[in-house]
Amino acid sequence: MADSKTIQPEEGALVRAWNWLTDTQVWTSIFRHNAPINDKNRVLVMLSNVFLHLHPVRLKKHGVRLRYTWCMGGLSFFLFLNLTFTGLLLMFYYRPTLEYAYSDIVGLREHVPLGIMREMHRWGAHAMVITVWLHMFRVFMTGSYKPPREFNWNVGVVMLVLTLLLSFTGYLLPWDQLAIWAITVGSNMARAAPFLGYEGPGAQFMAIGDVQLVHAADDARFALLGGTFVGEGALLRFYVLHCVALPLVIGFLMAIHFWRVRKDGGISGPL
Amino acid sequence: MAEEQKPLSQPVSGPAKAETPPVKPKPAPPPPMNPTLAGKTTSAAAVKKKPVARRKAKVPDDTSPLMGRRGWMGLAWGSFTAATAGCLAATGRFMFPNVLNEPPQEFTIGFPSDYGDGVDERWKDRFGVWIIRTPFDIAHEAPGFYALLVTCTHLGCTPNYLSAEAKFKCPCHGSGFRETGVNFEGPAPRPLERARIVLAEDGQILVDKSRKFQQELGQWIDPEAFLSV
Repeated sequence: MADSKTIQPEEGALVRAWNWLTDTQVWTSIFRHNAPINDKNRVLVMLSNVFLHLHPVRLKKHGVRLRYTWCMGGLSFFLFLNLTFTGLLLMFYYRPTLEYAYSDIVGLREHVPLGIMREMHRWGAHAMVITVWLHMFRVFMTGSYKPPREFNWNVGVVMLVLTLLLSFTGYLLPWDQLAIWAITVGSNMARAAPFLGYEGPGAQFMAIGDVQLVHAADDARFALLGGTFVGEGALLRFYVLHCVALPLVIGFLMAIHFWRVRKDGGISGPL
Repeated sequence: MAEEQKPLSQPVSGPAKAETPPVKPKPAPPPPMNPTLAGKTTSAAAVKKKPVARRKAKVPDDTSPLMGRRGWMGLAWGSFTAATAGCLAATGRFMFPNVLNEPPQEFTIGFPSDYGDGVDERWKDRFGVWIIRTPFDIAHEAPGFYALLVTCTHLGCTPNYLSAEAKFKCPCHGSGFRETGVNFEGPAPRPLERARIVLAEDGQILVDKSRKFQQELGQWIDPEAFLSV
């Protein structure tokens, strides 16, 4: 074969364009390492990417077993993200005032295309309460609260309380009869808080001489409602708690929670 | 991989052949085994069991009669992508409500006899128009009504009507307009716009802000830009 000299296949325009693109400073500043096709690159990608670094490079086999984790922690986080996003969208239409709150809720069903955004938020919230409880149940039943994970268990307990508070504060926002009376009943519990509620045990000792320090217009319930009954102040206060304060706190604790899961040796193993 | 795929494809041909004859004369012949691969993968192990001849027995890993592993993955990612795209589209659409809580663009404002000559400010806040009754309009050379929009043609502020000086004066940058709507001072580049004004069936004046007439485009001479009485 006299004419069989080796000819390199000519690079097409696409290949050349791709090579040029992946050599640009912009590209290399975003994708800092090669494709994760071997162990070393996989580790590099997982450790240097803010979205991926939450996940360990290697998992224990039981960690992905549905029958062990029930996936409830992950589902709770997923629902939280879902609720954050749908809640953000609802905020574009909802006004927390006596005049508009209820009609805006109705409008979110009637005046908006695919009026299910509010339902997604509502059902998502119900589901998150359930998944958080089941997550706690699973953690308890597998003994995952034991050292070295006792700190994370306590973070989890606080987040359970925050989840319930988010659910509670969100309950007022539709401003219908159910909401108003549910919050009336619920907030009356704060009236009986020890020392801080004006009907609670010890409140009578919170006095200087004849002056009562804790009374109906300055006790724990008042702080919650921004008034002595469920009115405009309570609606605005619950709205701010629901949309800003509580999500910020629970988001902060979630970061700690996930970090501690990694630091405490990943998902706990079967007993 | 290429070596492994050979035995994987074989169980497919097994049940497929067995299904074609309706009478099922014999169980399908056991597929030839590749001894070097026996027991290496779950699929390869299943090849051994195949001759036990359960016709629609549990199909191991990659032997779905519909499509292969790659096909299923494609279907899964395709459905996921489609669902995500649908959600994104629905979310985008969510930002465009079907109902607006804005003042109507078209409204009736009473009978012509309710108005005296001059600028009438009673609809300014509610509908955003001045109603002017004039004994002689510059565009139509007749007595009648026109409706001026209260939007300054400079940057969109709302001018004030100064009756002592008989002009509209914008507080933002000092543009001034005559009662006809023609600009004469300040940065405004063109006259105020007029809205469609006609008589409704019941004899009331009907103003329609969705149709605007601009002087500099020669639209003020349109018969619907002016209601002569």
